[in-house]
Amino acid sequence: MVTETLKHREAGLTDEEVKEMYWTMVLARTVDERMWLLNRAGKIPFVISCQGQEGAQAGAAFAFDRTKDYFAPYYRDLCLMLACGHTARTELLAAFGKAEDPNSGGRQMPGHYGDRSRRILTGSSPVSTQIPHAVGMALAARMRNEDAVAYVSFGEGSSNQGDFHEAANFAGVHRLPVIFFCENNKYAISVPERKQLACKDVAERAAGYGFEGVVVDGMDPIEVYRVVKRAVDKARAGGGPTLVEAKTYRLVPHSSDDDDRSYRTREEVAEAKKGDSIVRMKTYLLASGLLTEEENAALVARAKVEVDEATRYAENAPYAAEETLMLHVYAEEGAARGHETVH
Amino acid sequence: MKQYIEAIHDALFEEMGRDERVFVMGEDVGVRGGVFRVTTGLIEQFGESRVIDTPLAESAIVGVAIGAAAAGMVPVAEIQFADFILPAVNQIISEAAKMRYRSNNDWHCPLVIRAPYGGGIHGGLYHSQSMEALFTHVPGLKIATPSTPRDAKGMLLAAIRDPDPVLFFEHKKLYRLVKEDVPEAEEVVPLGKAAVRRQGDDITVISYGYTLHLVLEAAEQLAAEGISTEVLDLRTLRPLDEAAILEAARKTGKVLIVHEDNKICGVGAEVSALIAEQALFDLDAPIRRLAGPEVPAMPFSPTLEKAYMLSTERITAEMRKLAKF
Repeated sequence: MVTETLKHREAGLTDEEVKEMYWTMVLARTVDERMWLLNRAGKIPFVISCQGQEGAQAGAAFAFDRTKDYFAPYYRDLCLMLACGHTARTELLAAFGKAEDPNSGGRQMPGHYGDRSRRILTGSSPVSTQIPHAVGMALAARMRNEDAVAYVSFGEGSSNQGDFHEAANFAGVHRLPVIFFCENNKYAISVPERKQLACKDVAERAAGYGFEGVVVDGMDPIEVYRVVKRAVDKARAGGGPTLVEAKTYRLVPHSSDDDDRSYRTREEVAEAKKGDSIVRMKTYLLASGLLTEEENAALVARAKVEVDEATRYAENAPYAAEETLMLHVYAEEGAARGHETVH
Repeated sequence: MKQYIEAIHDALFEEMGRDERVFVMGEDVGVRGGVFRVTTGLIEQFGESRVIDTPLAESAIVGVAIGAAAAGMVPVAEIQFADFILPAVNQIISEAAKMRYRSNNDWHCPLVIRAPYGGGIHGGLYHSQSMEALFTHVPGLKIATPSTPRDAKGMLLAAIRDPDPVLFFEHKKLYRLVKEDVPEAEEVVPLGKAAVRRQGDDITVISYGYTLHLVLEAAEQLAAEGISTEVLDLRTLRPLDEAAILEAARKTGKVLIVHEDNKICGVGAEVSALIAEQALFDLDAPIRRLAGPEVPAMPFSPTLEKAYMLSTERITAEMRKLAKF
């Protein structure tokens, strides 16, 4: 296990960082599982899940400078959001649709992230629309000679949308500092990869737009980190965009309104679970001597306590007052929060 | 004396000089200076990083502009013809219009989308359309349709300085048709304010864009017959200047609304509904609308194009009928 032990250090991660990465993944899974419980108990109307994709998201998030880079996440990026500074509490507030939710003040369904103070752009439900936005943020950074890179994520299904192709082409022509991060989880709701893509890998599509496309095992967070970090460093140095395709697997249905038993076998899902990035990371940390079974149990317990507290808080938090319905269609006089919080 | 097209050029030139966050992007806007030559000279003055010739991809033009706007820039994106705005509709309606609302005022999108619209220029089906009603339906957007050079400049200044997304529809036929003195000194014409273009006591005609000029000609003719016309230029379609509309309607009690866009669910429908809701008992005649025909778009052949377009004659006849009611 000697070479394995060194893997995170070789990739440029400190021991503390790799443990932080694991903690974020565990917390994301705990939050996610709690949301399903709350949904099945009839307490929250909707869940959209990151389960199976935590490793890819944690690996990618840690490769960015989360104090200055721009993020345009998609609706499964719960783990990325936690890595960017959101908490179990903020995301449970969103799940309950409460006023304090920093993503949208309870205006959007859960999973529609955004937080200006962290340069996380507000997202919508139509897929791929965020891809040109990230390119625009990269363009803005370039125009101001800012040393910032933009992250944008999407699923493999979204890579069929025109906005993906238009945005990739724009970024390629202008060699903009943007990382296209495809979290290929094999299914666009029920439609499997083979019915979505005529090419083998989404990453191949980058070649058509004049930049590099890389495939990475999305269940290996350290490897994702290594690949994305290289792409981010290249972008920061003026080397233009990269498309990173992380091969992952969605372990649960598309959403709380979906039943995946109608389109995939339990055997297939059980097989995929064996490659769960959280299990893999735990095994790695144990083997590296960075974690003991006792420490792991404490960490899992800590996540549960945080999520319990967050659930209690969010459930009791107030909804937005009805009088706020008409607010923020346009800038209210003197009420607009200007550009100052972004740069 | 400035043409409408020069006024738009001047507004862009001055705003880019005033505020370094302002930039223009679109197909052919740079080296070519725009297919209509609106952006002539900008690339020489401000360079290709602020006058961006984009790939041919309307959704990306708007989508990239949204991202840049959110990140603190002030983009003026050009859609070469309004007809081609449809691939960008998802970006405009799902994204730009909702960004402030959906983020609970955390993010916003100070973006201008310029789009030449309208017919009568032998542009056929796909270079003649009026797209304004489609967007006027959407809260979160502002829709500007200036009809004079002075307004074109002043309203574009207001649009660029507006903290929310503005669709700026420029009637192509006006580009080189109308001239007027445009003050050298900065004059910002606020969005959401209609303008009384002619005072009158017998009938009220409400219009915007190219047809406003036909209405003014018709009003001049009718004045010789002793019919006095109040003419209101809407200037902005969202927000509509409701107070000005109601005042103009109440003044004469006889209202005609004229626009080139087709009638069903058009801007005239909203204006007449507003008057019916709030000023019905001040009316002396049913509200009338004169608009483009209910065909999908304007045909190319000169006979059919002429038949599609409103004319001073048709408007005069309609106004005369209303006056005699």
